[in-house]
Amino acid sequence: MALIKNHELTPDTYTRIAGDAELPDQGGVLVDLQRWQDDWQSLGRRGSPVGVWLTSDQHPEIIADDLDQIDLVALEFPSFRDGRAYSYARLLRDRYGFSGELRAVGDVLPDQLLYMHRVGFDAFELAGQDPLSDYQTALEEFDVFYQPAADARATALRLRHARG
Amino acid sequence: MYRYDEFDHQLVAERVAQFRHQVKRRLDGQLTEDQFKPLRLMNGLYLQLHAYMLRVNVPYGVLSAHQLRKLAHIARRYDRDYGHFTTRQNIQYNWISLEDTADILAELAEVEMNAMQSSGNCVRNITADPLAGRARDEIEDPRPWCELIRQYSILNPEFSYLPRKFKIAVTGAPKDRAAVAVHDIGLRMHHDAHGKPGFEVIVGGGQGRTPVIGKTIRDWIEPEEILAYIEAILRVYNLYGRRDNLYKARIKILVNALGLDAFRELVETEYEAMRGQALAVPAAEQERIAAYFQPPAWESGSDLDAELDTLRAADQDFARWFDSNVSAHKAPGYAIVTLSLKATGQEPGDLSADRMDAVADLADRYSLGELRVTHRQNLVFTDVKQSQLQALHRELQALQLATPNIGLLTDMIACPGLDYCALANARSIPVAQDISRHFAAADKLLEIGELSINISGCMNACGHHHVANIGILGVNKKGKEFFQITLGGAADESAALGDRLGPGLPQNELPGAIETLVDKYLELRTSESESFLETYRRVGMTPFKTAVYGDDAARRVA
Repeated sequence: MALIKNHELTPDTYTRIAGDAELPDQGGVLVDLQRWQDDWQSLGRRGSPVGVWLTSDQHPEIIADDLDQIDLVALEFPSFRDGRAYSYARLLRDRYGFSGELRAVGDVLPDQLLYMHRVGFDAFELAGQDPLSDYQTALEEFDVFYQPAADARATALRLRHARG
Repeated sequence: MYRYDEFDHQLVAERVAQFRHQVKRRLDGQLTEDQFKPLRLMNGLYLQLHAYMLRVNVPYGVLSAHQLRKLAHIARRYDRDYGHFTTRQNIQYNWISLEDTADILAELAEVEMNAMQSSGNCVRNITADPLAGRARDEIEDPRPWCELIRQYSILNPEFSYLPRKFKIAVTGAPKDRAAVAVHDIGLRMHHDAHGKPGFEVIVGGGQGRTPVIGKTIRDWIEPEEILAYIEAILRVYNLYGRRDNLYKARIKILVNALGLDAFRELVETEYEAMRGQALAVPAAEQERIAAYFQPPAWESGSDLDAELDTLRAADQDFARWFDSNVSAHKAPGYAIVTLSLKATGQEPGDLSADRMDAVADLADRYSLGELRVTHRQNLVFTDVKQSQLQALHRELQALQLATPNIGLLTDMIACPGLDYCALANARSIPVAQDISRHFAAADKLLEIGELSINISGCMNACGHHHVANIGILGVNKKGKEFFQITLGGAADESAALGDRLGPGLPQNELPGAIETLVDKYLELRTSESESFLETYRRVGMTPFKTAVYGDDAARRVA
């Protein structure tokens, strides 16, 4: 499994913590929602980055007030067919103003990467033999976008009217 | 009609290239069938009983003669010389090979057509009143708004993996020819006191196993905010719609589970957070799109009522056809003509490649090169001069496209049924053909008047049987096909679901049972102007049940 972040293969600096397992002495940790809710104070005191992993039935509104203390939100796709996390990502970026790392985890496949990127994901856990190449191919497949989303891509509508 | 600019062309070209790559990866084994399935569905490719079916969008039913020629070419080159027009104003090809699909999509792109999102759990083709922009009763032309919604929905990054498919229909006329009440979102255009247009938003309608008439969630939304309001609905649905059960995943189930008020509250909260922002449609874009739908240069003239009366008196065939297949146009001197794809014994909605070409030529000569596909699976010529009606009628007769039955008993909707579909329990097309032959006499049809019969081969209800005046549902009991009849459904502005008449009948008894129902109606109606539906609504089920099953049986099944 490779991590692509900001368009590059990147070592994962977060340690995934299962349930209430012990925390490492240092370094970023990625915890589940229950652990965050139980231990958010001590997690904050560690002085290292904290990530929260949300499953697809956990609405990020639950952590909307905590986002200034969270560096990474990982949204899980239990199956690539479960599209809830696309809306969660939009809400995190547009509604709750989250500017940290937004990571797609779970059943993350090349054919959905562009959509994920458009709704605000900037990090992806990808399998496959050449994940970076798959990623680059997927993101380059389209240059025209009809609808505004959480990315900076200009919509066709804007370009049409900008040319005067 | 709308024309692609360089952005639209590029997007479709990129989509074709993407799909070509996906097919290659599927054939190479890089994609599993499970991974590939939603990708091909969202490019219109559906696996049926015997072969792949490709469903091509006809956006809100608007088609040019030029495009129809391409559809004919595709039928010839890649299929078996015919296509099938559907209840969602699309066309389906039933015998497609996977390897050809990308080439077909590339050919469609040449004429500004595509198959994007004609299947899959995403926003499907936007449908509309097939007489939009032409009907005399129209308040507001829905087509520019359909085009805006089309673009908004295509490759929408947030809403391409919804719990289930999502259908939107729009009408701008009081007479609902788009069945907006049985769509996930139905939009009905109104004017305010100052003549400014806006939308009434209906949500949660649908057919299938759990038929529901949609409910009005908002009486009025400013047109520039329509995309924001649709996005609010889609987001609430995407977040909270059920994903654990395919048959409970449509938005109607969510609306019913939450109750309309609670659902509305969620939508309004989303909408309030978004209104006036990125999705607000700038006036310049409204104008850009509306410009494509300006009325053509109709010649000024006046209605030829007297001349047409003379023609009708002299030519009975013409009179019958005029009375059922011609409707009022907003421009004096013009008419709207519906071409019946329901000739006696024909498979409803099918058209051969040769006849597609012939129709395209007639559209050029008689209808300014434009036509429409209706949700009742017929074609429409939008701009026919009244002075040319008789000539057009003769040409359509020669093509067997002038059957005088639009809106009448034999203008049936039928799903593909067990002849094509992997889901079906029973055949639909042969049932339609039986009924069509049984009621071939034009005079009898006119005497019966307005009456819809819709046939579905299974409870998924693709043949819209729930909303037919007489609905027919195929079921399979112990290996035998039976057909259940419902009465009193309607898909128009008085939308209603039909009530079950009684136990299912075998196929060979259906035409007789329908004749019995019709005769009972003729006996009961107060005047020729009381339609079957009106009579049913007045007298209820009992006399019809008794007529079909007899006194005892009617009591037993009551």
